[in-house]
Amino acid sequence: MSALAAVPTGVEEWHLDLQAQGARRDEAVARLHGLLLRAARFEVFRRRGSLPQLSAFELDELAEEAAGDAAISVLRRLGDFRGESSFRTWAYKFALLEASVKVRRRAWRDREITLEPEHWEGLAHAGPGPDDDAENAALLDAVRDGIRTALTPRQRQVLVSAVLEAVPIDVLAERLGSNRNALYKVLHDARRRLREHVAAAGFPEVSE
Amino acid sequence: MTGHDLDPTLLRLLGSVEPEIGCEECFAQLDRYVELELAGAPADALVPGLRAHLVGCPACAEEHESLRALLELDSTS
Repeated sequence: MSALAAVPTGVEEWHLDLQAQGARRDEAVARLHGLLLRAARFEVFRRRGSLPQLSAFELDELAEEAAGDAAISVLRRLGDFRGESSFRTWAYKFALLEASVKVRRRAWRDREITLEPEHWEGLAHAGPGPDDDAENAALLDAVRDGIRTALTPRQRQVLVSAVLEAVPIDVLAERLGSNRNALYKVLHDARRRLREHVAAAGFPEVSE
Repeated sequence: MTGHDLDPTLLRLLGSVEPEIGCEECFAQLDRYVELELAGAPADALVPGLRAHLVGCPACAEEHESLRALLELDSTS
């Protein structure tokens, strides 16, 4: 992967040309792509440890692909930019999102995700250890019981996969034919239901 | 035992009781939030619910860390 180029200067006004015509727009789009490629390479480089099988060339290809997709998103959503941050920061986040999602999906591409609820029985090993006192044991029982009885099948599936199996939320969304925002809502609701169940079982501190 | 003493896995399962925004709103606010943070402004007060979301969502937390790190790199180059 080539070294990150220095950040371009004077980037806070040229973005207005993205809505111009002809050569001015072409030049602005080229500058935008350079900015996005810098951010995408930065992200792929940061996360390269999760993709040990990829060569430097392949990592750079991934960054190029992310930058291209981010450029499409930025150009489509120019009207959303309200100037609440610099344009550079606003544009960067699109490239970082595209790159991080691509890295996570590539890292999990050949990994099976066991979407079976039985895995939460492994929670017995997630506690403080063999010296668990009676209170910890009772808390774990309440959590296990809550996962078993208080959640919908969908909530159980998402909670177990995202938390106990550490499947990234966007990878899980792709496998389940959903999207990240919707799936996080399922996770959020599952956690709330689980807290309510555990609190009612004698551990009100989990809701405080 | 208090909620703060819980095992990390249990904390991730049970989540935060703090009000939090979702992934889409987090993305919409992330650029402003990080610039506020880097400026030393009270980002958590000005963008309520985003910090709690970062605690509960590892993917958004990664992107927050990366944007902050990239801007910090820019400021030194």
